[in-house]
Amino acid sequence: MPTIVVEVMPKAELLDPAGKAVAGALRREGGHPFSDVRIGKRFELTVDGAVTDAVLAQAQKLADEMLSNSVIEDVVKVTVLEGAVA
Amino acid sequence: MRIGVVTFPGSLDDRDAQRAARIAGAEPVALWHGDHDLQGVDAIVLPGGFSYGDYLRCGAIAARSPIMREVVEAANSGMPVLGICNGFQVLVEAHLLPGGLIRNDHGDFVCRDQGLRVENADTAWTNGFEQGQQITVPLKNGEGGFIADAETLARLEGEGLVAFRYTGLNPNGSLNDIAGLTNERGNVAGLMPHPEHAVEPGFGPDTDVAMRSGIDGLTFFTSVLRHALSRA
Repeated sequence: MPTIVVEVMPKAELLDPAGKAVAGALRREGGHPFSDVRIGKRFELTVDGAVTDAVLAQAQKLADEMLSNSVIEDVVKVTVLEGAVA
Repeated sequence: MRIGVVTFPGSLDDRDAQRAARIAGAEPVALWHGDHDLQGVDAIVLPGGFSYGDYLRCGAIAARSPIMREVVEAANSGMPVLGICNGFQVLVEAHLLPGGLIRNDHGDFVCRDQGLRVENADTAWTNGFEQGQQITVPLKNGEGGFIADAETLARLEGEGLVAFRYTGLNPNGSLNDIAGLTNERGNVAGLMPHPEHAVEPGFGPDTDVAMRSGIDGLTFFTSVLRHALSRA
């Protein structure tokens, strides 16, 4: 069945303590060019039936109104999962 | 007067809120998240805890539980609704109060007796306080940092909708030291600290008089009784 992926990130200006902790561990590790880490959420919505424009619009609405809180987060992606077999 | 206390999966302080209502002289009524029945209560408390394990966001799933449809309707028609801690987060997620609550800026869970200043003593839940009164009630949360965009914050401050402010050290990075809010009508209030844990001598915060004698939280519940009587 097709899958729609929704990705949500904490707003850039807000504290991301989980990301900060991982970034701290990365700094201790050393030997790489990665200076920062931010952690967000990925939702995979399994779709009954075909993904039409209307279904994608529904997913976007769900992402905006329930899967994220616009006060603290941004929806950064709503896409159909590539390679998924319908 | 009947005060309903909603129990969600993961609520912790529902019994404490019921007990606070009883000590204040009201009849506590246990309400269930999965029902569509407010059982004829006159006021509602959304208690503290970790509803749905804080999954998705604190309070987000509880805000969409069946009984919240009736709670939102009742709140919009003027019934007093108080959200404590997780209940405050539920009110924000249900859009009954603005803004958001995020992880404490220092990253740690805080549990302590907290000084507050009552910034709006003209709500259903605060009319027994003096404007500007300093009170002490327990605070215990990991995600109590209040945020809102600049425009919302200016509106909250300008319209007197900040109901409680932290005094002394800001415990969680809340903007403008905001501990709790009310709505325009003054019937809905939400705060991160826990008034229901400061209602009976022997079990409250320490005071200058005696250990654990603090009962500042009781005034929330006697206020809503007074509010109900004044409208009867």
